[in-house]
Amino acid sequence: MSSRERQPRPLREVVFVDGVRTPFGKAGPKGLYAETRADDLVVRCIRELLRRNPALPADRIDEVAIAATTQIGDQGLTIGRTAALLAGLPKSVPGYAIDRMCAGAMTAVTTTASGIAFGAYDVAIAGGVEHMGRHPMGEGVDPNPRILSEKLVDPSALVMGSTAENLHDRFPHLTKERADAFALASQQKYAKAVANGQIGPELVTVATRSAEHGWGVATLDEPPRPQTTLEGLASLKTPFRPHGHVTAGNAAGLNDGATGCLLAAEDVALELGLGVGMRLVGYGFAGVEPEVMGVGPIPSTEKALARTGLSIEDVGLFELNEAFAVQVLAFLDHFGIADDDERVNPWGGAIAVGHPLASSGVRLMTQLSRQFAERPDVRYGLTAMCIGLGMGGTVIWENPTWEGFAT
Amino acid sequence: MTTAVFENEVVTAAKVRFLTLPGLSGEFALITIDNGHDHTRPSTFGPGGLASLDAALDEIAARSPAPVAIGVTGKPFVFAVGADLSGVPAIIDAAMAREIAETGHRVFRRLKDAPVPTFAFVNGVALGGGLELALHCRYRTIASTATVAFPEVFLGLVPGWGGTQLLPNLIGIDPAVTVVVENALAQNRMTPAPKAAKLGIADAVLEPADFLERSLEWAVGVLDGSVTVPRPDVDPAAWDESIERARAIVAGRTRNASPGAVRAVELLDLARNGVDGEAFTAGTAAEDDALTDLLMSDPLRASLYSFDLVNKRAKRPAGAPDRSLARTVTKVGVVGAGLMASQLAMLFVRQLTVPVVLTDVDQARVDKGVAYVHGELDELALRGRLNRDELNRLKGLVTGSLSKGAFADADLVIEAVFEEMSVKQQVFAEVEAVVSETCVLATNTSALSVTEMASKLEHPERVVGMHFFNPVAVLPLLEVVRAERTDDATLATAFSVGRSLKKSCVLVADAPAFVVNRLLTRFLGEVTASVEQGTPVAVADRALDPLGLPMTPFELLTLVGPPVALHVAERMHEAFPDRFSVGVGLRKMVELGKSSVYSEPGVVDPELAGIDAGDSPLTEEQVRERAVEALAQEIRLMLDEGVVQAVQDIDLCMLLGAGWPFWLGGISAHLDRAGVSEQVTGERFLPKGVASLPA
Repeated sequence: MSSRERQPRPLREVVFVDGVRTPFGKAGPKGLYAETRADDLVVRCIRELLRRNPALPADRIDEVAIAATTQIGDQGLTIGRTAALLAGLPKSVPGYAIDRMCAGAMTAVTTTASGIAFGAYDVAIAGGVEHMGRHPMGEGVDPNPRILSEKLVDPSALVMGSTAENLHDRFPHLTKERADAFALASQQKYAKAVANGQIGPELVTVATRSAEHGWGVATLDEPPRPQTTLEGLASLKTPFRPHGHVTAGNAAGLNDGATGCLLAAEDVALELGLGVGMRLVGYGFAGVEPEVMGVGPIPSTEKALARTGLSIEDVGLFELNEAFAVQVLAFLDHFGIADDDERVNPWGGAIAVGHPLASSGVRLMTQLSRQFAERPDVRYGLTAMCIGLGMGGTVIWENPTWEGFAT
Repeated sequence: MTTAVFENEVVTAAKVRFLTLPGLSGEFALITIDNGHDHTRPSTFGPGGLASLDAALDEIAARSPAPVAIGVTGKPFVFAVGADLSGVPAIIDAAMAREIAETGHRVFRRLKDAPVPTFAFVNGVALGGGLELALHCRYRTIASTATVAFPEVFLGLVPGWGGTQLLPNLIGIDPAVTVVVENALAQNRMTPAPKAAKLGIADAVLEPADFLERSLEWAVGVLDGSVTVPRPDVDPAAWDESIERARAIVAGRTRNASPGAVRAVELLDLARNGVDGEAFTAGTAAEDDALTDLLMSDPLRASLYSFDLVNKRAKRPAGAPDRSLARTVTKVGVVGAGLMASQLAMLFVRQLTVPVVLTDVDQARVDKGVAYVHGELDELALRGRLNRDELNRLKGLVTGSLSKGAFADADLVIEAVFEEMSVKQQVFAEVEAVVSETCVLATNTSALSVTEMASKLEHPERVVGMHFFNPVAVLPLLEVVRAERTDDATLATAFSVGRSLKKSCVLVADAPAFVVNRLLTRFLGEVTASVEQGTPVAVADRALDPLGLPMTPFELLTLVGPPVALHVAERMHEAFPDRFSVGVGLRKMVELGKSSVYSEPGVVDPELAGIDAGDSPLTEEQVRERAVEALAQEIRLMLDEGVVQAVQDIDLCMLLGAGWPFWLGGISAHLDRAGVSEQVTGERFLPKGVASLPA
């Protein structure tokens, strides 16, 4: 029997090295990616991460975690592993598939980052994909009949738009007008960020086949509507409830897209000469009543703040997923932040760019890391999102270029 | 003027999209070549396809503001595989042939002369006209998994949509000779992407996972000057020597009997004038002439007939029973452990990956047989064709036994013992005693009666002939022999196994020596008889050169081996004494243990002196007439006897089993073309237009 002492447990800082995403497309037969496979979108992200970070030997990657909500067909077959193989990573690099609905990629990041901090990995790729055109929400689901018979969950909990309507009921002061105004601002901020070249560098091109038109190439996001007006928003139908509040204009659409990022232990990033975009401070996930899933980010943020010893005032930049305008407003309202606070989604959000469910978490992070690079005055940033079935997820990051470090 | 229209053309559409790319100001016009089918039906160019490409280029030319570059790529996994040869029968006169040639030139040249840089993104296989399309572009990327080739000379054509002019002026004449002539005549060898790039055919090799994205980025790099593309100068001084080399290859492989190969060399020679302006116009005009002549020639029509036989008829053997009747073969027995038996064991284990047991009469022979197979497998592993696990698996599947009891659970037992009826009958009786009722018994006999071999068995219906050709691993033909009592399940199993062995199966009747050996024996018999009546060996041996057979008669004799040739000749003489004789010279060779009539190249072995001592020598032409007339006579008799379903099967056998050339159409097209069939048998073998120009 060996009595050899095991390695002492290291606990390492985890850094977000780099993040990329495909342009996001509109789901459906006329969408950008109507004839493009979901796994191919992931493959492009993985390959581009390696190309952009040539200092990283591919065989140093210890894990590839890829999220998808609907793990069927081209999003099935353990997509983290298949995408790694398809991307040409060495066969020695393992991978897995992960799912937490909209927070899939976010969970891929927190899970692999935890593995890095724990000492199980040095470098990991985390990302997500959702091709809602090929895999509409709810494809193939088989809810347990007990959910209804035992009234475990309100029937509206499975329809995300209905949960957003429920939020308007719970917070009557969060009016449709406020939601529409927030949505308009999202479109405008996004358009400005594109014009400034702030959004664009993180995009990877994707060759898009069309049997009818031949090969094309996706270079730009398809969902944004820069011509949006308040009047236009006011006139949209409310599909989830007659005379309701939630419209296609103040919610994220149905989208296709993939994201990926490179995470590393900080010492390994330094050893290899990799860039450091952000440093992970901490994270939290929390559950809420499923029928008001939109409030999920409130308890998850409180949890993350409590565990990291920070307060909301320490956060200089917020990247909040805009599944629904009302759900972001509920968050801001709770923390006493103005609807138009400049720290919130400065480059717009999912209402403009789209929300391919499981991929969005890494879009938020990639965007935050790029904002950090131009904002040395900010030390901490926060990415958060609501999650179907009543959850929220929050990840807090530190800006490595914070000017306070220099002094 | 007749306008070329191919009925039923699967039209390859050229679809244009105008792309906005990061880092590029102005639009990039991308053409996708796509016939609307999946990769199993690659895109080809007929008149409709060329018209679509022409229209796409019109659309690009009309675009305002003008695109800054033009790219061409293919549908998934395929770039384009050249001209639509299925339309050739529709070309009924020289004007139509010329129109096809000229249209291809005119449309492709629009890319060469385009006012903006042009790019081919060769995403998959690019053959013939597909490769020529790419060569008309200024720059080329290629997917690392793609292959390119000019199969034209293999088919009896020339790469006549600019290929003979553009390729040598891009990569130099010597590599161009290799690609256009040498590779085409070496069973149409293809060039993989890395090699193509090394030769200079492509400028960049990119991985398939993001081939188009990276190709477009590369193109933007070329356009903005951040990527430079080196183009080494082509050495005009290399022309003479390389053309000499090309002529030698063509003479060696075809004896100049294939007009396509000869014309290709002439065109490559002409390419020394370059491909700028008027020189290219002259070069393409010469290609037009060559294509017109060749398309309107019988040898080309015969080649296409051969190509069709090899690619279609060989895959759906005429007269084979329904596939569903075949039994599953999970274990194979091989009786005998000699060289042929060992080769069969190697083939079965490699292709079927089931247990294979060799038996023989003594342990030393058994051990030698198993050791042979293991050695061959080791050799494959050394060459990287098998990995360690596969090697372990296959070696473990091959065993030897002294007892035929080892065949008890075999589903197929094939014998390759001494060619003696009583021995083979004895072997089958012993095997039948141990195997299951449904086990198929196959014989690899080359000339004995399968029916007779089966006659003494309890279940003669389970016996079938599976006649392989030496070397077993290389030659693609398998003659499947239906004996008198062979049942459909047995026959279907033989076909199914043959297909799994990757052989092209042809159903033949249980007639003496089946097809290939019967015709080769008859043919060789006429040549050796000519010698015996006084024709010098050298005269007889070169008499068939104008046909362009892969080897001379006496080279063939050496390959077959005089003892085997004698055995078959004796059998044939027994069966048909009036047409098959057993040559004195052949007998003498076997007695003396000679493998060749020559002791050294061109010198008749002194110990065989006198084999041509007769007093009525023939001329080369007379020998040739005698040999081909005998072939025509024998083929007609075989058809009358019902040895095969149709003359196409005989041609297929000669193409695949004897390696006879495409331009002879196996052989029947040549016999029809030369008027021999009508002269000897009173009728053609094939109607005009099937393997020849239409009437």
